[in-house]
Amino acid sequence: MIRFENVGIRFEDDSKPVLTAVDLKVDEGELVLVVGATGSGKTTLLRCVNGLVPHFSGGTLSGRVTVDGRDTRTHRPRDLADIVGVVGQDPAAAFVTDTVEEELAYGMESLGIHADVMRRRVEETLDLLGLADVRGRALRTLSGGQQQRVAIGGVLAAHPRVLVLDEPTSALDPVAAEEVLAALTRLVHDLGLTVLLAEHRLERVVQYADRVVIVENGRVSADLPALAMAMSPVSPPIVDLGRLAGWSPLPLSVRDARRVAGPMRQALAGRTPARVIRSKTLTAASESLLSARALVVNRGRRTVLRGIDLQVHAGEVVALMGRNGSGKSTLLATACGQLPARGGALRTGGLDPASLKPRELLKHVGLVPQDPGMLLYAETVEAECRTADTDVHAATGTTRTLLSHLAPDVQDSTHPRDLSEGQRLALALAIVLAGEPPLVLLDEPTRGLDYGAKTRLVASLRSLAAQGHGILVATHDVELVAELADRVMVIADGEVVTDGPAAEVLAGSPAFAPQVAKVMHPQPWLTVADVAAALEAS
Amino acid sequence: MTRAFHDPRLPRLLHPAAWWAWAIGLAMAASRTTNPLLLALVMAVAAYVVAARRELGAASPFSAFLRLGLFVIAMRVLFEALLGGGVPGQTVLLNLPQIPLPTGWGVRLGGPVTLEGVLAAAYDGARLAAVLACIGAANALASPRRLLRYVPATLYEVGTALVVGLTYAPQLVDDARRVRAARRLRGHSGHGPQEMARLAVPVLDSALERSLDLAASMESRGYGRSVHRDARSRRKATALTLLGLGGVVAGVYGLLDGGSAPLLGLPLLLAGSVAAAASLAVGARRERRSRYRPDPWAAPEWVVSASGAIAGALVLVAAQRGTAGIILQTSPALWPTLPWIPALGVLVGLAPAWLSPPPPLRAIERAGGQPKGHMWDTHPEDITSQESSGHSIGSSS
Repeated sequence: MIRFENVGIRFEDDSKPVLTAVDLKVDEGELVLVVGATGSGKTTLLRCVNGLVPHFSGGTLSGRVTVDGRDTRTHRPRDLADIVGVVGQDPAAAFVTDTVEEELAYGMESLGIHADVMRRRVEETLDLLGLADVRGRALRTLSGGQQQRVAIGGVLAAHPRVLVLDEPTSALDPVAAEEVLAALTRLVHDLGLTVLLAEHRLERVVQYADRVVIVENGRVSADLPALAMAMSPVSPPIVDLGRLAGWSPLPLSVRDARRVAGPMRQALAGRTPARVIRSKTLTAASESLLSARALVVNRGRRTVLRGIDLQVHAGEVVALMGRNGSGKSTLLATACGQLPARGGALRTGGLDPASLKPRELLKHVGLVPQDPGMLLYAETVEAECRTADTDVHAATGTTRTLLSHLAPDVQDSTHPRDLSEGQRLALALAIVLAGEPPLVLLDEPTRGLDYGAKTRLVASLRSLAAQGHGILVATHDVELVAELADRVMVIADGEVVTDGPAAEVLAGSPAFAPQVAKVMHPQPWLTVADVAAALEAS
Repeated sequence: MTRAFHDPRLPRLLHPAAWWAWAIGLAMAASRTTNPLLLALVMAVAAYVVAARRELGAASPFSAFLRLGLFVIAMRVLFEALLGGGVPGQTVLLNLPQIPLPTGWGVRLGGPVTLEGVLAAAYDGARLAAVLACIGAANALASPRRLLRYVPATLYEVGTALVVGLTYAPQLVDDARRVRAARRLRGHSGHGPQEMARLAVPVLDSALERSLDLAASMESRGYGRSVHRDARSRRKATALTLLGLGGVVAGVYGLLDGGSAPLLGLPLLLAGSVAAAASLAVGARRERRSRYRPDPWAAPEWVVSASGAIAGALVLVAAQRGTAGIILQTSPALWPTLPWIPALGVLVGLAPAWLSPPPPLRAIERAGGQPKGHMWDTHPEDITSQESSGHSIGSSS
């Protein structure tokens, strides 16, 4: 179905090619997962399939890419629109129309599909992706997960034979991600759809893949998932656990792993993970940095938070979870004074953040927004660090030193836009930390981060907590929460559903359990590191 | 098209072009008269139809247009009072201190304010206010965005650009708000000219990036597949459509503007329509795009557009024949009287309040809050916002 023959891609101003000598054949009905570190060329590979590279992006293509016999050198993306559907990283940026139904129909209108067929397919797609109750809504009022599903639906409705998805689940909560992936596998199995998919959160997708393509240093290799994972530079926790235990073949799904994990569970029976002990000794007696009582917050006329009680203490990492649109971001926005409380009270360090002047605010609380780029204005990293120093009246070089700790390999002269996702996040975090706020808030920090960048983020946040910062992270990423959080709070529809130690909350819920917890159930192990430490001790 | 669409009781959204045709008819009537009673009647008709047939939850720019109309009247009267408008009058209301200007300028500053002058200005302002009210009514009943779906195939690119623009404006506002919020996080207020310059960089940056993403998305979803087949026929059809639309615009202007040569309006309108129809036919031959859920054009659409046309035509004919009371005499000022035939004509414009199908959500509400019938045709912004705040549709009414 898709053939890459000795393909190389080179962009004009780059010193070395993004991809070299790529040979790849994807058969009809295959679900192929593309993995690789950030910046390895995954996105470029995907965009080659429908000719966006090079027709749209510029650059030079050598070799040949054919899809269903059509050569991308002679067919522009629009000429391939009837066989290839592409969903990019940011769904909102790709919307052409402004309501759900029109967006679903857009591709079909361009292809000239008959109105009756179009009507039927829109209805089918609405059901398939669970969008029926938002069908008439304006796209920009939807939550991130809904937008992602509309983006996929808009492409699916045109019934392409190849579907190319770039990080389709990174913005979704675990349950919504499961739904999208289930829909995809159903399409693959029932309709013989060919799917090419890039994803950082391998734990969500690797078990569905027929083959895994690894992109590393511009080279591409494809193999069966279990074999590919054995040598992949990035791997999900379950594979790490398998490597640790020396299981062969490597298990890719929780089911496979549980079958071989019996001896390991036996070996660890009766032990308590180190972190459970820590989270119990982390007393509630330490200073409260953020406290909310019966907090009610409106966005416009809509009540988003209804009666939230929350405490974040010094030295504690609290994870805020909940489905898309449940009010996580609103809570963070309120905590840093961007939205006023309509009822109840919220205090950061004893003060109402909404009443503080911006200059005082950043001495109390710092927020790294979902898109860290929002915090960046300057032309170079160096200039950005300098303005951050003057913004908070810190000694020159404060931000730069912080940044060097968080991300050692960032060059001074780089434009912030050219940084990798992880580096940009580190820069935003360094800027926020320059004001030495006791309380640090992060909104969905792991979007677009590979496992390496995630590990570095966890290490820096843990050391901040050890220095006495209180940290509140809103996230969908259960593996991050497992690595990072002391306490987990789940909110639904603006109310607190659960608030408790991470181990209890995560291990006790099928939706929020990390892979290791699922494998080791009923024992409360959350991460590979915990297991490794315990095995070493025994 | 099913026969059901001919029934004006079936809840659905009327074809937007029908509402705009109706509004243009009313606006035509308003533009030909300065009789305040007739103008008030036009505004009342527009307001009543809007109140009866606007979809619940849709944006309502009608009152904004009414306010704009009031502003126009006030400005017109103010300028007349300050500068004088050349309407000779004997009844002096008050004397403003006059600042001497060189003779021959044609204006004066201050001086006597006459009843006749003020009335002439107010009538003239009211005429524009009534036209604005009609446009506001059309906006409230059928958003311009819905109308843009029906731009001719040959002008598809222009239409798309307009739609994208309409979508981008609110997004830019969103972006600006987000960037300003982020600016606060860095310890700045986000106010003041220097701050604005700072904010502009990330806002424009993200707007540029977004437009590239959008272009990539449109390209990979097949935008322009069918339109760019043959350059020659495309040029021909585009030229014809531009000619046609230009003709229609000129014709409508001729009809609306009583001051132009009497026979300029109608022939231009006709010639323009013919050219537009011809180009549509040429364009449609090559049109391979299909349209999702096109609004049907059935009996109610004819009724609505005809009612506007009748209202416009009766006033137009009366104005052409110089019927008393269409153009009100202001010097000396007379008490306005209502000319019967044009007034009846304007009242015909009220017909859509009963003879057009009720919009779906409004129909649901009237049926006692029970959603029934054509739920597929709803635009449930209201339903979802109520759901998200914890109420069902049923409990809301």
